[in-house]
Amino acid sequence: MPEKFDVIVVGAGPAGTSCALVCAQKGLNVLLIERGEYPGSKNVMGGVLYRKQMEELIPEFWKEAPLERPVIEQRFWMMDKESVVQFGYKGLEWGVEPYNNFTVLRAQFDQWFAKKAVEAGALLINETVVTECIVENGKVIGVRTDRPNGEVYADVVVLADGVNSLLSKQLGFHKEFRPDEVALTVMEVINLPKEKINDRFNLEDNQGCTIEIFGDSTKGNLGTAFLYTNKDSLNIGVGTTLSSMIKAKLKPYDLLDYLKTHPMVRPMLAGGESAEYLAHLIPEGGYRSVPKVAGNGVVVVGDAAQLVNAIHREGSNMAMHSGLLAAETVIEAKYRGDFSESSLNLYRQKLYDSFIIKDLEKYKDATHTFENNPQYFKEYVPMMNKAMSKFFTVDGTPKRDKQKEIMKSVTSERGTIKVIQDIYRAWKAVK
Amino acid sequence: MSTKNIEEKQYLLRFKADTKSHLTVMDDDICATKCPDKICTIFCPAEVYKWEGLRMQVGYEGCHECGSCRIGCPYQNIKWEYPKGGHGIVFRLA
Repeated sequence: MPEKFDVIVVGAGPAGTSCALVCAQKGLNVLLIERGEYPGSKNVMGGVLYRKQMEELIPEFWKEAPLERPVIEQRFWMMDKESVVQFGYKGLEWGVEPYNNFTVLRAQFDQWFAKKAVEAGALLINETVVTECIVENGKVIGVRTDRPNGEVYADVVVLADGVNSLLSKQLGFHKEFRPDEVALTVMEVINLPKEKINDRFNLEDNQGCTIEIFGDSTKGNLGTAFLYTNKDSLNIGVGTTLSSMIKAKLKPYDLLDYLKTHPMVRPMLAGGESAEYLAHLIPEGGYRSVPKVAGNGVVVVGDAAQLVNAIHREGSNMAMHSGLLAAETVIEAKYRGDFSESSLNLYRQKLYDSFIIKDLEKYKDATHTFENNPQYFKEYVPMMNKAMSKFFTVDGTPKRDKQKEIMKSVTSERGTIKVIQDIYRAWKAVK
Repeated sequence: MSTKNIEEKQYLLRFKADTKSHLTVMDDDICATKCPDKICTIFCPAEVYKWEGLRMQVGYEGCHECGSCRIGCPYQNIKWEYPKGGHGIVFRLA
């Protein structure tokens, strides 16, 4: 093993592996360090992998990657205690090449993806924790690991160490996160025969469905739940900001069981067998929580840079694209022979010019707005349900009178001015 | 389907426990005197923390390594590291 590499990537998740793959393809000498037994053994996500950003790394990956189902339908549920208002989109164009997105199981997918980086020439070392960055004269020159004589050196260190990113905190790129900047999410993988999944979700083989569930799924707290179809299992999970979890004194696994036994959800899981239970944090602070992403000899990618769009449940795509942008920057820096902060700031510029920061900027006030205004989840979701129930129950009342009644009940519950304020505030947060 | 309580959920998992804890409650007195809710015993998704009257029992062997306790402890009283390389939780599926 040479003592010095061109690049050390810390963490073999989507961001780190993307960066390692592209750097290795360009002939750079890459060390990819993973703390788990294998890539994916520490990684958790609800399960949606986006085609576009993956395809930029591995063209036609769907022909060989371990994927579950292409998602052809995305549903959204506004759920109350005994009812649900639904909308969604189903399109067969998502079920054929080039596809839109896929459900995946990460333990398999991440191993396959890391193997691609290894085939391109990266050296993957598992079961190794990076304990700190080695800093000399204000420049990151390598990492210290928990192996004996475990110092390794490189021109650039790429921090892809996930949501907790202790390493970028060590460098002072961000302070400790606040409980309202992260969402604590728990999920279960539930085995269920393929035929049952197809019947219950109105799917054929190789068609998948995702359902995002708001409202009573979190008992009105700021967060969402999800139910995704794999080939012969379902991923069901729920999360709220850690601050909401603390304030409401919720046990996350109790919330998950509440969801699993909810009358709107229960029939879809009937007969299933729990196969795994997983907990993870999701960085949800958005635009304002993005840390410094480039320094002397170091860049930060993926969850470590808090690149998640919670409103659209996009994260893996941002991780991959940030990994790609970091790789392009490192390759250019190598060509120039300049790994200083001003050279690596090109990565920051690329990131801010891309859809990643543009989308985070669009929703920069969303988490904050919804955290401070619990009425959106706690009051409006039940109101929507009541309104739909009233409007579609045939009881001899003229429809115009029903509309009036609905408007009256909404404004009397919140007050006309408050309703207008609420609508304006929500629009501002997502416009 | 039957739900499973947290002990049963934890049985679904594979852990390769280190002999030494990667989680440390730095001062049990803070938990005892300043923290009536002992909120970590509630929000920890693996029920790692259990209050034993005078001290916090830390069942690090079942930790998912999510980081919630480090961020959520109101007194920053939890020292949180990663388990030694190759140790800790081993997710097999998602």
